[in-house]
Amino acid sequence: MIDRTQVLHVARLARLQLTDDEVGRMSTELSNILGHIEKLSALDLTDVEPTTHVVAVGSALRPDVVRESLPREVAFEQAPDIADDGFRVPSPQA
Amino acid sequence: MTHLTDLTAKTAIDAITSGDLDAAELFDAYRSAAAAEDLNAYTWVADQTPDLGAAAAAPLRGVPLAVKDLFCTAGVPSQAGSRILEGYRPPHTATVVERLAAAGTSLLGKTNQDEFAMGSSNENSAYGPVKNPWDRSRVPGGSSGGSAAAVAAGLAPWALGTDTGGSIRQPAALCGIVGLKPTYGTVSRYGMIAFASSLDQAGPFARDVTDVALLYSHMHGRDPRDATSVGHPEATVLPTAERMDGLRLGVPEDLTGEGVEPGVMAAFEAALQTARDLGASVERVALPHADYGLSAYYVIAPAEASSNLARFDGVRYGRRSGADDLVSMYTKTRHDYFGDEVKRRILIGTYALSSGFYDAYYAGAQKVRTLIARDFTAAFAGVDLIVTPTSPGVAFPLGAKTDDPLAMYLNDYFTVPISLAGLPAISLPCGLSEGLPVGLQLAGPAFSENRILDAAYAWERALAFDSTPSRIGAAR
Repeated sequence: MIDRTQVLHVARLARLQLTDDEVGRMSTELSNILGHIEKLSALDLTDVEPTTHVVAVGSALRPDVVRESLPREVAFEQAPDIADDGFRVPSPQA
Repeated sequence: MTHLTDLTAKTAIDAITSGDLDAAELFDAYRSAAAAEDLNAYTWVADQTPDLGAAAAAPLRGVPLAVKDLFCTAGVPSQAGSRILEGYRPPHTATVVERLAAAGTSLLGKTNQDEFAMGSSNENSAYGPVKNPWDRSRVPGGSSGGSAAAVAAGLAPWALGTDTGGSIRQPAALCGIVGLKPTYGTVSRYGMIAFASSLDQAGPFARDVTDVALLYSHMHGRDPRDATSVGHPEATVLPTAERMDGLRLGVPEDLTGEGVEPGVMAAFEAALQTARDLGASVERVALPHADYGLSAYYVIAPAEASSNLARFDGVRYGRRSGADDLVSMYTKTRHDYFGDEVKRRILIGTYALSSGFYDAYYAGAQKVRTLIARDFTAAFAGVDLIVTPTSPGVAFPLGAKTDDPLAMYLNDYFTVPISLAGLPAISLPCGLSEGLPVGLQLAGPAFSENRILDAAYAWERALAFDSTPSRIGAAR
């Protein structure tokens, strides 16, 4: 069970605003999904190694050479707001 | 040739090579069909036929290619089915799209999909649902629903999709075409807008096994821009097998028909008999932890998604909602432009990764992933390939499962365990139930694509399913 307080806590962590109605709906839906996931607790997982990656790969290192990066004007092309050669955002302190 | 769009890609390539068909004429036939389509399969279609001179000289002869919207294509809308990327035209192109262009495909259009590939019906697209060409009141499956519907309806000869938990195989099944989810890591993920990075895998859709093999043969390869890409240890060979002599097929022990539609089970069992007639043996295999696949998947995939989707913050690209302070700008932007399913998965994933729950959920799911992978390793000691129905049911009516996320997730029951183990699997049509296509899933050990394609080719010939676009539904 995941109640309204928990939904709001997780939404804050995820930087996601929810309307009052959404909080209620998500509480019900997430509880149902977590109920299904609870099935995992039936398994004895002591001494089982976790799998983070299925195919064996070593560390991939590229040669340390200077390469061209994305030109600044191209990087800005899709930005919602730019100013003074940077991405403009509202003040964190407002 | 009255129906140019009925030709398979390989047939068209041979006709272009021999001078019987002009590459531009083929592209134009598909472009006209795609521009006029009413399935909502495309979110963008090329507005003119490009100069195909160089492409027509390359192996794939300029044959048009439809590309799922989440593959970045420079200068062309790449929106991943999301409102937050509405109008986004990336500066870069996905490696696999570049590879295929170098091999001679030409970009025909971008296809509709569930938002960020989260869904099994294509109803989670911000650009509207896709209709199934077999029955327009039904879903095409998802998340690569636009690609599957386009290929089935003759709006593209072949297409690119991605599969995280079944998003190539399930729509291929529901649309009566062939779709391959290759071994994890064989195709570069560079330029794919990420959902769950340890599972995401690009793969081909086509109307027959030969075309799927041909497209895949030009897709794989190690890419320095994707540190997890491994390429494929051998070249992909166009399949030629006519028999399945000596091939050992395994059917999971707990696949008794429970939870599977009777018509799907009947088509599956008839297909198994066809395999026996071709010389294959069919036996039961134990996959004791496969039943936990969905639970593990619905921890791992949302957890990785919640991390990947943190990049959509309204700062550098995509849409932004106005607000007075920075954090409110983030939270409002994400509220206004993410759809419900995406929000649901971000919340589940964030919850599973949060302090106090990480060990129980995320770490636990990763351990279950180990158990599932071990099950497959053990099973493949006794059989060559594992077979199941691709999806428990045929295409369902639009709207039938939108109010019940869990019922929607059950679509992926047979595909998800294979994704968790990173294994290759193909879906090919094996018959009809209630006049709608039934898909057969064939999975093998890592890097066994050639074995899978050979078996699928022999099986396809014997099953003789008609996937000719202009004849869709003729047998209904």
